[in-house]
Amino acid sequence: MAKKLMKGCEAIGEAAIQAGCRLFFGYPITPQNEIPEYMSARLPQVGGMFVQAESEVSASNMLYGAAGAGCRCFTSSSSPGISLMQEGISYIAGAELPVVFVNIMRGGPGLGGILPSQSDYFQATKGGGHGDYRCLVLAPSTVQEAVDLVQLAFELADKYRNPVYVLGDGLIGQMMEPVEFKTTVKPEDLPEKPWATTGAKGRKQNIINSLYLDPEDLEKHNWKLKKKYEEMEKNEKRWEEFNITENMDVLFVAYGTVARIAKTAIEDLKSKGINAGLFRPITLYPFPGEQLEKAASKCKKILVSELSTGQMVEDVKYHLGKNREVAFYGRVGGMVMTPEELVDEAVKLLK
Amino acid sequence: MYKEIILAGFGGQGVLLIGKLLAYSGMKMGNDVTWMPAYGPEMRGGTCNCTVVISEKPIGSPMSKHPHGLIALNLPSLDKFEDTVRKDGVIVVNTSLINRKVKRNDVKVVEVPANEIAIECGSAKAANMVALGAFLGATQIADLELVKNILSESFASKPKLIEVNHKALTRGYELAKGV
Repeated sequence: MAKKLMKGCEAIGEAAIQAGCRLFFGYPITPQNEIPEYMSARLPQVGGMFVQAESEVSASNMLYGAAGAGCRCFTSSSSPGISLMQEGISYIAGAELPVVFVNIMRGGPGLGGILPSQSDYFQATKGGGHGDYRCLVLAPSTVQEAVDLVQLAFELADKYRNPVYVLGDGLIGQMMEPVEFKTTVKPEDLPEKPWATTGAKGRKQNIINSLYLDPEDLEKHNWKLKKKYEEMEKNEKRWEEFNITENMDVLFVAYGTVARIAKTAIEDLKSKGINAGLFRPITLYPFPGEQLEKAASKCKKILVSELSTGQMVEDVKYHLGKNREVAFYGRVGGMVMTPEELVDEAVKLLK
Repeated sequence: MYKEIILAGFGGQGVLLIGKLLAYSGMKMGNDVTWMPAYGPEMRGGTCNCTVVISEKPIGSPMSKHPHGLIALNLPSLDKFEDTVRKDGVIVVNTSLINRKVKRNDVKVVEVPANEIAIECGSAKAANMVALGAFLGATQIADLELVKNILSESFASKPKLIEVNHKALTRGYELAKGV
């Protein structure tokens, strides 16, 4: 297929359709309204269904039902809306159902603003809702990668029977870039889900539930989930290394939008005779800690940059240990740093 | 090639559309491109702008602090972005709505009465196309025929509008080519 120029949000919508998803439940919120808008027009054309729920709480519980019935389904929202969905996400994690959640992050807390932010890192990677659970978290930094990761998200959700986040920000959602859709999956070609509640005629009844009143059963269930998360950590870490060389002056650690700004900064630093590289986690959970450690062993200084007051930086510090100094530069509230700011920070750090 | 261009005007003047045409042209020429709208709480009648980056290599930051080119369709846009344009950059000024001169003397300035020319072409709404044509003429960033073809494709459902917009693009282009 030839490359098309598409807005991030619309490309995400089309990616879901190309992944064989035929159901969307959601509620509008800026800056991701183009996703539901696109799905509402596109899904009926391919025999799917679009539902605008009365609230995000409902939407997430509709997803719980649809996923339980074995259907590929997804929703998209932005930060305050994702907070409202946490009830459903916790239940979906507990009941082990595959659902894709796209969060086009905006500034918070509370209603915050509508401009780009990365302030939901903790929420996405450390739980968000109640209970001892984890979600896979994929963070695109281009529109093409948003497409590829949405398609991957559906695969991983099915593979692990687990909720998967695609964590973008307002910039990824609103920007247009060339994209191509490399794979197309038809719903009828998807493998059967023998655990789904599809009517128990001629087979044993399937039960989908997150309630375990017997503590022994619940403990067993919790350890079983933990085992699954260990499998994810073993198999699913993804990252990009950009300009990683021996004896780097500075190693940037950044994800999503900030990572691409860092790439421009790295090119600019070259002209100043400063050798900089970038380590970009693509999966935020599981966090590619060992790989970061390896890259960090080749640099003098480490500079973590985020559109937050410092969230991923905690994971970086955790993996690199107490003895390694880690600098941080963040912009918040919808303000996005320029490459020049990162250049200045790197220069300052090396003084 | 590596170019950052800011296109700015009132909401409704069509700066997002000409930005898309420019980005699409860049893509058709085999480049990486980004198109980034300012999507704050803008409203109709307020100011509106987008940034287009066209590059042979993969694009890092899609935003621009110091663009190579500026299309200013109204006065607030010129006021806001004039000082940010790089030395030897290009500024297209819509003199129909901007009653002052560009203060910089280290940039190439193209003055076009875009609204008047658009009316002559058959529609006042095509002022954005006159300005884009002028930008193409002054910078040769993309081939005029390529941009016209892309416009024909994207206006396929409104064939009546194609001719007017083609005319507006050409008039702007011719006016700027000699500058």
